[in-house]
Amino acid sequence: MKMPVPDSGVIARRREIVEALRAIVPGEGVIVDENELRAYECDGLTAYRQLPMVAVLPSTVEQVSQVLKACKAMGVKVVPRGAGTSLSGGALPLADGVLLGMGKFKRILDIDYANRCVTVQPGVTNLGISNAVAHEGFYYAPDPSSQIACTIGGNIAENSGGVHCLKYGLTTNNVLGLEMVLMDGTILRLGGKHLDAGGYDLMGIVTGSEGLLGVVTEVTVRILKKPATARAVLLGFPSSEQGGDCVAAIIAAGIIPGGMEMMDRPAIHAAEAFVHAGYPLDVEALLIVELDGPAAEVDHLIDRVEAIARDKGACYARVSNSEEERLAFWAGRKAAFPAVGRISPDYYCMDGTIPRKALPLVLQRMQEMSDRCGLRVANVFHAGDGNLHPLILYDANKPGELEAAEAFGNDILRLCVEVGGVLTGEHGVGVEKRDLMTDQFDEADLRQQQRLKCAFDPDGLLNPGKVFPTLHRCAELGRLHVHQGELRFPDLPRF
Amino acid sequence: MTVTILKPENAAQAADAVRWALSAGEPLEILGSGSRRGLGRPVQAGHALDLSGLSGVVAYEPEELVLTALAGTPMDVIRALLAERGQHLAFEPPEGGTLGGLVASGLAGPRRISAGSARDHTLGIAGVSGRAEAYKGGGKVVKNVTGYDVPKLMAGSFGTLTALTEITVKVLPAPEDSATLLLFGLDDAAAVAMLDRALRSPYEVSGAAHLPAGIAVRSGLSAVSGAGGAVTLVRLEGFGPSVAARVTMLREELRADAVLGRDESLAVWREVRDGEWLGAGTESHLWKLSVPPSAGPSTVEAIRRTLDVEVFYDWGGGLAWLAAPPDSGAAIRAALSAGGHATLVRAPEPVRAATDVFQPLPGPLMALSRRVKESFDPQGILNPGRMYAGL
Repeated sequence: MKMPVPDSGVIARRREIVEALRAIVPGEGVIVDENELRAYECDGLTAYRQLPMVAVLPSTVEQVSQVLKACKAMGVKVVPRGAGTSLSGGALPLADGVLLGMGKFKRILDIDYANRCVTVQPGVTNLGISNAVAHEGFYYAPDPSSQIACTIGGNIAENSGGVHCLKYGLTTNNVLGLEMVLMDGTILRLGGKHLDAGGYDLMGIVTGSEGLLGVVTEVTVRILKKPATARAVLLGFPSSEQGGDCVAAIIAAGIIPGGMEMMDRPAIHAAEAFVHAGYPLDVEALLIVELDGPAAEVDHLIDRVEAIARDKGACYARVSNSEEERLAFWAGRKAAFPAVGRISPDYYCMDGTIPRKALPLVLQRMQEMSDRCGLRVANVFHAGDGNLHPLILYDANKPGELEAAEAFGNDILRLCVEVGGVLTGEHGVGVEKRDLMTDQFDEADLRQQQRLKCAFDPDGLLNPGKVFPTLHRCAELGRLHVHQGELRFPDLPRF
Repeated sequence: MTVTILKPENAAQAADAVRWALSAGEPLEILGSGSRRGLGRPVQAGHALDLSGLSGVVAYEPEELVLTALAGTPMDVIRALLAERGQHLAFEPPEGGTLGGLVASGLAGPRRISAGSARDHTLGIAGVSGRAEAYKGGGKVVKNVTGYDVPKLMAGSFGTLTALTEITVKVLPAPEDSATLLLFGLDDAAAVAMLDRALRSPYEVSGAAHLPAGIAVRSGLSAVSGAGGAVTLVRLEGFGPSVAARVTMLREELRADAVLGRDESLAVWREVRDGEWLGAGTESHLWKLSVPPSAGPSTVEAIRRTLDVEVFYDWGGGLAWLAAPPDSGAAIRAALSAGGHATLVRAPEPVRAATDVFQPLPGPLMALSRRVKESFDPQGILNPGRMYAGL
């Protein structure tokens, strides 16, 4: 993975840059000590590490604005960071860049039940929002598995999902308003407590932009009332095809479960050995289907799902009859990553989305790749929306295994695109999948996305080296090539 | 102005048409069926790019919850196809027009509060930018964060960024049953407070509207028009047993006066969706105000201090449909102190040419919007002026 070549001229000006930042953020808010900078050298994609030139931790939007403005004036790159839980290297620092940590923005600003929304600073954790409104029976729906640690600012950057997003949507479907700062220091407000944008839906483009368009300094999200009931069914199948068929049949019956997760045999065994959730060990695919809502609805649908599963060849079915039992069903799935961590020194988590019907083919091809490269793979799958998380098992201490795991992972993602899917369902492109973007997008697609970046950050100073495999200057991207001439299609009807 | 219509039969011809327009310096009005031409500002262009020839469903996979169609496909065709499999577009858009027109206009109905808008259901697009470049954005699966979410930006951009040629939308199961609780005789503030109670309940309310007395009488449903005063509506949808259980519980909790069963419920929400009760046969102009729900009544009250308006509310108070006399834009927008925006959705063409149809944006936001427009369409070839003068 190549990052942009560090600008030695900028690094040589480090002292001057630090002075400029200290004039904006006093005291301990500017970090230059190498030991302290270590805390920022990587995010959740720990295979890649880089010390930033300097880290700055502003505590007001004015400081963020001045930091960005100063960096732009000095021609210095900026990498924004929330809690650093990105699995795609979205917050990987640059040797010649300022690391802009948003950790001090931790306040909940406004809880407004009458408008069913909460306004927070970006450093508030995802779970922190739900906790703040739990006593009134509300919650914030998107629930990435890192929700204890990940911040809402990072969720905006990555458009985070979670196990409930088939029914309740991703971050982008749950955000009402943003305050953000552009690279030139401009402070903008998008949306608010009302619905829809007055002009272009810029909030839609900023959400999921991986910190390349602006730095979010305030977020308003909608909150929902907690469903009255939730029950889960555990279903085992003799093959992944039958599991996949069951998922399709549930959706075809008009049922959108609150959660619908699938695990393959290696993942089932790892999870069961770790948390003893009571999973059947003699099945090829295990499905957890959770129905939530009013009790009458949940009871009605549980019966229907069970009937569908039987019809599709389930060889195991168990319905949760208590909250403890429901949580036990989930315990194995939620612990799947650490469980796989127990059976392998290292694992690499992938994140592609496929049309669900391609699941048997993808699993089969993945097994062939696994056999070829000699690395095992376990699969957990957000079955409802086709978001696949293959976990590749490897040992970083064995020479060449990390590279082999990465190559295997890239092949899996290319396969996802080949069958009509996409490179990433919820983890983001970051540095991890950057060089695969050309497998999903043509040159023209990527050029247009980069032009959009130019509209927000014409100097390309905000989080460069992420998302786009090739960096172009905005002047070059903006150039218009007009081909002179006639309408080249004489048969085009004109009236 | 004499308008020449260019009618491509495929995406390649659409790109050729834009390429020609770009080289000739001729702006294009982008059209589907033309059914939404009354929305936005009139486009001053000598040529129209009629995309209704790009018609047809490319792929529909009910179990994958996605449908891909050419942008000029009539919505009637798509609705009928989805209905065959018990599915629909959950954001409850108005009927008619094409898929491209629907997405470009960013429309949504009463279910906006629970299901989102066109933006939330537009998964992927292909189109031709004002640079005459064919490109695509997003994907054809329901969950995707690869690259910028270009499809969201297209929703509600009124063809000013890209002439859309193909669109992938998320489709969802249509509810099996629908029922509506009616509460009679509440004033605006009390009604919105009741809608708030309903929306704060765990009963998954999917429609929350209030019709003041003068509006309720215009309903085609006798249960509404004959109520003898204001009518507040709360909709519950889903599986039969679930709707029945929730109706019982919420009716008790809200002390509702009556309940509409499935057919009447469907009919009344079509009326709410289309808002045709307001200002018909008068000189008044129709506005839609999106505000924080709790601020709906106070915003309308502020407007009433200077203007004689007719109003009803949807989205739990967050959407006010307003029929106002001509030249009311400034007074309406001055009342938006709690935040939100006002859009002129029905007025004669000369009025729309001379007014801010969409909410004027603060300077820095307008500057950014201009740069976004230029990134797609530097020469202003596509629907110039449709949203804002000079953009």
